[in-house]
Amino acid sequence: MPAAVVTGWRTVRWWFRGVLGADAYERYLAHHDRSGHDHPPMGEREFWRARIDHQERNPQGRCC
Amino acid sequence: MTTTSGGAGGATAPSDQELPTAVEDEVLEQERRRWTPAKIAIWAGIAVLGGLGWVMIALIRGETVNAIWFVFAAVATYLIAYRFYSTYIERKLLKPDDRRATPAEHSENGQDYLPTDRRVLYGHHFAAIAGAGPLVGPVLAAQMGYLPGTIWIIVGVVLAGAVQDYLVLFFSMRRGGRSLGQMARDELGTVGGAAAVIATLAIMIILIAVLALVVVQALGESPWGVFSVAMTIPIALFMGFYLRYLRPGKVGEVSAIGVALLLLAIIAGGWISESGLAETFTLSRTTLAWCIVIYGVVAAVLPVWMLLAPRDYLSTFMKIGTVVLLAVAVVVVRPEVATPAISEFAGRSDGPVVPGPLFPFLFVTIACGALSGFHALISSGTTPKLLEKERQARFIGYGGMLMESFVAIMALVAAISIDRGIYFAMNAPTALTGGTVETAAAFVNQLGLTGVNVAPDQIAGAATMVGEQSIVSRTGGAPTLALGLSQILSQFLGGAALASFWYHFAIMFEALFILTAVDAGTRVARFMLQDAVGTFVPRFRDTSWRTGAWIGTVVMVGGWGGILIMGVTDPLGGINTLFPLFGIANQLLAAIALAVCLAIVARRGTVQYLWIVLVPLVAVAVITVTASLYKIFSPVPGVGYWAQHFAYRDAIAAGRTSMGAARNPAQMEAVVRNTFIQGSLSIVFLVLTLIVIAAATVAALRSIRAGGLPGHEDEPVPSRRYAPSGLIPTPAEKELEKRWLASAGAPSRGGGH
Repeated sequence: MPAAVVTGWRTVRWWFRGVLGADAYERYLAHHDRSGHDHPPMGEREFWRARIDHQERNPQGRCC
Repeated sequence: MTTTSGGAGGATAPSDQELPTAVEDEVLEQERRRWTPAKIAIWAGIAVLGGLGWVMIALIRGETVNAIWFVFAAVATYLIAYRFYSTYIERKLLKPDDRRATPAEHSENGQDYLPTDRRVLYGHHFAAIAGAGPLVGPVLAAQMGYLPGTIWIIVGVVLAGAVQDYLVLFFSMRRGGRSLGQMARDELGTVGGAAAVIATLAIMIILIAVLALVVVQALGESPWGVFSVAMTIPIALFMGFYLRYLRPGKVGEVSAIGVALLLLAIIAGGWISESGLAETFTLSRTTLAWCIVIYGVVAAVLPVWMLLAPRDYLSTFMKIGTVVLLAVAVVVVRPEVATPAISEFAGRSDGPVVPGPLFPFLFVTIACGALSGFHALISSGTTPKLLEKERQARFIGYGGMLMESFVAIMALVAAISIDRGIYFAMNAPTALTGGTVETAAAFVNQLGLTGVNVAPDQIAGAATMVGEQSIVSRTGGAPTLALGLSQILSQFLGGAALASFWYHFAIMFEALFILTAVDAGTRVARFMLQDAVGTFVPRFRDTSWRTGAWIGTVVMVGGWGGILIMGVTDPLGGINTLFPLFGIANQLLAAIALAVCLAIVARRGTVQYLWIVLVPLVAVAVITVTASLYKIFSPVPGVGYWAQHFAYRDAIAAGRTSMGAARNPAQMEAVVRNTFIQGSLSIVFLVLTLIVIAAATVAALRSIRAGGLPGHEDEPVPSRRYAPSGLIPTPAEKELEKRWLASAGAPSRGGGH
C-alpha cells in the first residue's frame, strides 16, 4: 500500500509541476538532448532568464 | 512569429521509425463500435444518473432541491457529449491525423513550441481559459431562477462553447499555432480580417474593464479584502526576486511559499480589519479604481519576471486548488437549494441585478461557462503549440471547456444556496437599495417574491458573519459567490468560526484571477495594438521599442481604465449597466471565432457537416444581435442605453436637476455621458461583428460553390512520436504506447519524474 501512495504522490507532483511549468528546464534539457545539438545546453539560471525574456516578447493571454 | 526549429531536422531516431506513429483509424473505429456488457452498463448508468439529475432539477417541484443533482446532471451530460458528440465532430468534420507532426513536434524549440503530455496540457489549458468569468456570470443570472442558467450552461457548452474551443484549437494547430487575428486575415480577406482585429481589441478593452469593476465592487469599503489582495503584490515581487536571484527555476517551491504567504495575508487581513489600521485600508470604490488603473500601467511595463510571471504561478496554483476544493466541498456538503427553478424575474425585464428579458439577456450574462469568445485567443496561439498529437485536440479543446462549464455550475450552486432575500440585497445597485440594511430590507421585501421576507438584522448578521461592515449592494457577483462558498466551505472545513476566512479566501482568489487577466490582457492587447498600428507605421511592430510600448500601454489602459472609472462612478450602478456589454462583447468574439471556423470548414469542402459550426454560430449571432439591438433601440430606459440617454438629456433640457438615481446635475450629466459611451460601444461592436460574419459568409459561399478551395494549412510533416489521445487510452493505444515506451522512453515527460 505505501508503494501505491508514493506512486500516487509522485504522479500528482509530476502533474502539478508540469501544469505550473516548473519542469521547463528539465524538458528543455531533454529537448536539447533529443535534437542532437553540438553546442552545450544553457545552464539553469541562463535558461530561466532566456525563458522570461521570451515571455517578455511573446505575452500569453489569461482568460476571464 | 517563426521560431528556430531545433527538433524538426535533428530528432531522427532510426529505431523509432519502424514503430507506427498512429493507431490505424479502422482499429480505433472498431474499438469505438465494440460494445461490451461492461461498457453498456457504465454508459447506461451514466445516462440514468444524468436523467435522474435533470428530472430532479427541472421537473420535481419540492420545497428544496439538493445541489448534488446539479452535479449529476452536469457531469453525466458532459460525459455523454464528450463520448458521443465530440467524437462525431472528430470523425466527420476535423479528421485529425496522428501521422502528421503537430507544430509542437515539427517546430519544437524548447520554449513555447514543446510537445506536452496531454494530462499536463489539460491542466495548463484549463488554467489559461478559466478565471473569474464562469464564477461571476452564473451568480448574476441566478435572479431568473436556477433552471434557465443551468440549462444554458450545460447545453450551451456541449453545442457551442466546447465546439468553438475545439475547432479553433484544431485549426490553429494545423496552421502552426496562428492567432485568431491571423486566421481571420487569411480566411476573410483584408476587410473582414481588419474588422476582426479591431473588434477583438475593442472587446478586450471592455472585458478587462468589467473584470476590474468586479474587483473594485468586491473590495470597496472592505479593509480585510483590500489588505489581503494588496499583499499579493509584495508576495509576487518576493517570488519574482526569489526565482530570479536566489533559486532560479524552483517554481514549485516558490509557489508553495507564495500560497502559504497568501493564506497568511488572508488571516492577517482579519487582524487588520479589527485593528486601528482598518481606516487606512478602507478605500472608496473610486480610489480603488484609480489604484487598479495605476497598477495596470505599472504591471504592463515592469519586466515580466517581477510581477507577471510569479503572479501567474500563484494564480495557476489557486485555480487548480480551488476548483478541486470546491468540487469536493459541494459533493460532501450537498447544500439544499431553496431558490425557485424559475423566478418571478424570468418573465419580466426589470430584474434589479441585470435588466432585460430572459432572452437574450440570460445568454449574455452567462458567457464564460457556456460559450466564451475569449477562449479563442488561448485556443489559437498558446495551446496549439504544446499539443503533442493531433488527436489530443479533442481532449484538450472540448474537454477543457467542459471543466470550465462545471466550474460555472458550481458557482451557480453556491449563489443559489444563499438566502434569496440576501441575494437581492447584495446584488441590487445602491440606487435601489439605498445602501443601508433597513432600506435594503424594505426594498427586497417590496419586490413581492414568494417566500422572501428579509429582516434588516438578518442582512447585518450575514455581514458580521463574514467579517464585513456591510454586504448591501455588493454587486458584481464576486461577494455573493464568496458568501455562498463560505457557507458551503465552512460546513466542510472549520465551521462557523472559519466563515469569514473562507469569504475572504474566495474574494482573494477571484481578485487574483482577475488581476492576472488584467495584467496579461493589457500586455496581449498592447502587442495586438502595436501589430495593428505597425501595418501603417512599421516602427510600432518592434515591441521592444520603449516609446511604442509606452504609447500602446497607455492607450490600452486608458481605454479600460476610462470605462472602469465610468462604471464605478455611474449613478445608476456600474455592474447592471456594464455587465450586459461585457457578455455581449465576449459572445461577439465567439461569433467572430465561429465565423472564421465557418469559412475554414467550407474551404475544406465538408459542407454536409457545416451545421456543426452553424448551430453555435447562428445561435450566438441571434443572441448577441438581439441583445445589442435591445441595448441600442429599446425604448425602456432601464434596458436601452439610448433611451436612458435621451430621457436624461430631455430632463436636463427641461431644467430638472435630479431624476431617478441621479440626485444632482453632475450625476445627471454623468448618466448622459455614460449612456452615450455605452450606446456607442454597442453600435461599434455590432457593426464590426456583422462585417466579420458577412465576410465569413461570403468566403464560405465562395468555397461551397467551388466545391472546396485549397486551404491555408501547413504542409504535412511526418510525425516521429506517439502518445494516446484521451485521458484513458484505448487498448490499442495502450499497446502502441507500450511499444514506444519500450523503445524510446516517455517522450514528453522530460527528465526528472
